[in-house]
Amino acid sequence: MKSALAHARYVLGDNVVTAFAFGMFALFLVMAAVGPWIVPYDPLANGPNPLEPPSSRHWFGTDQTGRDIFSRVVAATQLDFAIAFASVALAFGAGTLAGIAAGFFGGWWERIIGRMVDTIMAFPLFVLAMGIVAAMGNTIFNIVLATGIINFPIYARVARAEANVIRNAGYIEAARIAGYGETRILFTQILPNIMPIMVVQISLTMGYAILNAAGLSFIGLGVRPPTAEWGIMVSDGANFIQNGQWWIAAFPGLVLMLAVFCFNLLGDGLRDMIDPRRRT
Amino acid sequence: MLSMILRRLASAIPSLIGVVIVTFVLTRALPGDPAAYYAGPAATKEAIEQIRVKLGLDKGLGEQFVDYVGALARGELGNSISTGQPVAHELLTRLPASIELTLLGLIFAIGVAVPLGVFAALRPNSWVDHVCRVIATAGVSLPIFFTGLLMIYVFYFLLGIAPPPLGRIEVFYSPPTHVTGFFLVDSLLDGDLGVFLAAVKQLVLPALTLGIFALAPIARMTRASMLSALSSDFVRTARASGLGSFKVVVGYALRNALLPVVTVLGMVFSFLLGANVLVEKVFAWPGIGSYAIEALIQSDYAPVQGFVLVMAFMYVGLNLAIDVLYGVIDPRISMAT
Amino acid sequence: MKAGAAATGAAALPMPFVRGAAAQARNETLVAISENGPNSLDIMGVGANRPAYEASWNIHDRLMTYGVKKDPNGNDHYDYAKLAPELAESWDLKPGSVTFKLRRDAKFHDGTPVTAKDVKWSFDRAVTVGGFPTFQMKAGSLEKPEQFVAVDDHTFRVDFLRADKLTMPDLGVVVPAVINSGAGKKHATEKDPWAMDWYKTNHASGGAYKVARFTPGTEIVYERNDAWKSGPLPSIKRVVWRIVPSSGNRRALLERGDADICLDMASKDFAEMAAAKKLKVIGTPVENALQYIGMNVTKPPFDNVKVRRAIAYAIPYEKIMQQAVFNRAEPMFGAAESAMNANWPQKSPFKTDIAMAKKLLAESGAGDISTVFSFDLGLAGVNEPIAILIQESLAQIGIKTSINKVPGANWRGELLKKEMPLITNTFGGWLNYPEYFFFWCYHGQNAVFNTMSYKSPAMDKLIETARFETDAAKYEAAVKGFVQLAWDDVPRIPLYQPYLDVAMQPGISGYRYWFHRQLDYRQLKKG
Repeated sequence: MKSALAHARYVLGDNVVTAFAFGMFALFLVMAAVGPWIVPYDPLANGPNPLEPPSSRHWFGTDQTGRDIFSRVVAATQLDFAIAFASVALAFGAGTLAGIAAGFFGGWWERIIGRMVDTIMAFPLFVLAMGIVAAMGNTIFNIVLATGIINFPIYARVARAEANVIRNAGYIEAARIAGYGETRILFTQILPNIMPIMVVQISLTMGYAILNAAGLSFIGLGVRPPTAEWGIMVSDGANFIQNGQWWIAAFPGLVLMLAVFCFNLLGDGLRDMIDPRRRT
Repeated sequence: MLSMILRRLASAIPSLIGVVIVTFVLTRALPGDPAAYYAGPAATKEAIEQIRVKLGLDKGLGEQFVDYVGALARGELGNSISTGQPVAHELLTRLPASIELTLLGLIFAIGVAVPLGVFAALRPNSWVDHVCRVIATAGVSLPIFFTGLLMIYVFYFLLGIAPPPLGRIEVFYSPPTHVTGFFLVDSLLDGDLGVFLAAVKQLVLPALTLGIFALAPIARMTRASMLSALSSDFVRTARASGLGSFKVVVGYALRNALLPVVTVLGMVFSFLLGANVLVEKVFAWPGIGSYAIEALIQSDYAPVQGFVLVMAFMYVGLNLAIDVLYGVIDPRISMAT
Repeated sequence: MKAGAAATGAAALPMPFVRGAAAQARNETLVAISENGPNSLDIMGVGANRPAYEASWNIHDRLMTYGVKKDPNGNDHYDYAKLAPELAESWDLKPGSVTFKLRRDAKFHDGTPVTAKDVKWSFDRAVTVGGFPTFQMKAGSLEKPEQFVAVDDHTFRVDFLRADKLTMPDLGVVVPAVINSGAGKKHATEKDPWAMDWYKTNHASGGAYKVARFTPGTEIVYERNDAWKSGPLPSIKRVVWRIVPSSGNRRALLERGDADICLDMASKDFAEMAAAKKLKVIGTPVENALQYIGMNVTKPPFDNVKVRRAIAYAIPYEKIMQQAVFNRAEPMFGAAESAMNANWPQKSPFKTDIAMAKKLLAESGAGDISTVFSFDLGLAGVNEPIAILIQESLAQIGIKTSINKVPGANWRGELLKKEMPLITNTFGGWLNYPEYFFFWCYHGQNAVFNTMSYKSPAMDKLIETARFETDAAKYEAAVKGFVQLAWDDVPRIPLYQPYLDVAMQPGISGYRYWFHRQLDYRQLKKG
């Protein structure tokens, strides 16, 4: 444990951008955990001063029904993070397991999982998400489900490709000779060795999940107003940019970008930490 | 190689069948009642029922599916409610617009992202690496429609250097004679430089918007796999053997690093064609993406079904091409399936 | 404006390679933009949408059109009381029929002369194909092909089934367009005797404009028919109508001068553009139209008239005017005197009075109420603020409301089911008569537009009297009667009469408000 922490500190110290990303992530986690309780205004309550520019009273201004944008942006962190984590867990869990099974065992595993992946991948992914949400109704659960489904193939494919390459490596053969069963090899040898590439994908997927929800909101298939969610705030606010009320879209957009940004940089940092080849 | 291609084609059939079924189910589950639409605004319940029977919508799902597959086999994709046109015809005429836009966006993205990824990998953790990372990541962190709207606001509305987002060509130009459907190609074939330039002008902003969004995955994968390749044994051997730096980086490392990048390219292209939908809406681009979205919102299911099926066939072809490319680049990948 | 002109100026420079792509004179081309375009060139086609009416109106002639008057703001407004010649030069109105004399020099776009045979074929088609066109013809008692007689090549007679004062106006609406029957018959098949398929993307018309290019979903380009004889030749030679899905972009295009005219933006945009005064914004109250709150009188507690009246006093009328529609509408509440004349729409006597609302609710004995407020998500721009404001207001008098957003595609289906207890909706009728409105919205025939499922024999009697009464004093009494009953029973609470807003470049004149709420290019002038 001590050496792991020391290693982490080394990586963070080495790479200022990664340190920054970790810091932002920690901040976001705090916002997600306690955000809705510490905000000055009720994120869902209409106010008497619609379309007020940022001021000392409303740090991020108000939107078209008078809601305080700062409160909504902070409160939205919880929902967006929940969507991101849930979709990624779904896609990563199902996709990685399916992929390494297909790559390592080959045969029927590969055929069936390959077909599933191909079927999903044959759809333009955003349109598939649109279709699923449109057909099943735009609830948060369906949005998470749709996002998880459309990201499943990426994990499965990359996992399969990596497992396919690694299964012939020397240490696998050594493990077999040592008497490890196939399943044990799968979990103790293959899985950790493909983690660097997979972890990179995780960070991207978390960002994509939030962006997916934003895209769905733009065409009216996202969460329902007046829910505070970054994507729908950006898409609603986009109509006001041309009229000069830039703050309605800009602040949620900025925070959304920072969050996705931070997820992406995080992935890089995590990879640096986990990649055994970088350890000294 | 040929037998592999045939085998892959054969194995693609189950996924195509899966696509047909999933599409049918999803579009039938869409809200809205086409019968009510056809019957008109003042129709009574009885009138709507009559139309429902006429359209065959009162039959069970199984029967409707059989009818649907039968029509597909004849090449009939149905008619769009909102435009009144046969779906097949509309998809065919609108497809070049989407492909032209997506290809241009992808070319821009590759041209910027691969070098970015290589530079970042060559000097890991240096400021070059950080800057590359920040550039690539910033592009993908904003929702694509927001990027598009922002670009329109800045370059068209404020600065006036971009043309109005009115589609593929400005109001006062006639489209070039239709040969391929790609305006850039057709206008050159026509010898009409004015139309060519007009088409280019309209393409710049939407292609940039798409490309910006694709920078990150390509750059990231290039960097990550280049790092893996650069720290691998064979590269160390090559360096130790005294081979020149360029040869090592491009000839050995990059070639081996390309494998995951190629995987990502395929996914990026497919994901761009999906993101296209949003860009087309923002820029009033008459492609299949905007066609499908308009139809989806109006619960006009024939165009959505047609769109998805066309996409599916294209992707099967694309994935096959990628797998072949895989085999060319990395013989280690097992061809046993 | 400058940048746009500079761009087209540069494009107009002669280039050696350019073949026929030089910019048309900007002054002679009108660029119109909207969110949706026509889905058909055939007004009688199934599911023809609103923009399709605009297309049909401009490329076809009708027997008659309407005259023009000025509205209170000094803008041109069609005059529903005055019918003017179009294809017909004159007509002879008798108690049992009307005979039209068609002009002799009218030709279709393909050069064939227009004869009474074409009129009969078009009218037969309109009453036979079903759906909305047939329904609209019926509104004026135009129901059977036997009514239409081509006496000779230039004389056409319509026999009346009954005395209906709506018959003549109904002949001037969009539906009875005159189509080239020669072309139509050529493309008719056994299964499709009216050439409905061919007409989806083709047209055989003879109106002031012809279609130069039609790309459904993208654009439609019209060119003036220089040989048009049925009215004064329009000033604009070419009209380009482009689809621009994003409303922010539509506004940007107008403000930069790259588009000329648009009636497809949010009330907020129009309010701001009107205040900024850089563009010309014309707002006309839509005739015979109301945005309202409907309560289903078959669903408790809305079967209790005191509950309905309580809600009528709990509506936050002023806030709705400001926040939902930015005052781009005529308020229809707070009349000093109830049912004071025979105009429609007219103000209801209700105004926001929470104390009164609470009192009435207590008197009603309904107890705690919890209900669902539904609206059409396709028109969320207006409906959503209304829903939120009403939810807040009703909470103040102790009624708990949850909001149900119905996707646009489902709205009509839901209305038909008549299950929704509380809704907001809008309705407007093309024929500008109060009894026409009430016939569809309050009559016991329970049409789909009677969203409240309201049935009252007293109301039916007053409506029927008004429809067929010829004596002016008795007519007025009947109208005032049914209006007063509407306030007494209040199944429906009027909110406002919406505006039809149009924004255009300052150099454009001649805009005229039409009942179909779309653009008529024939009156427009540029520069």
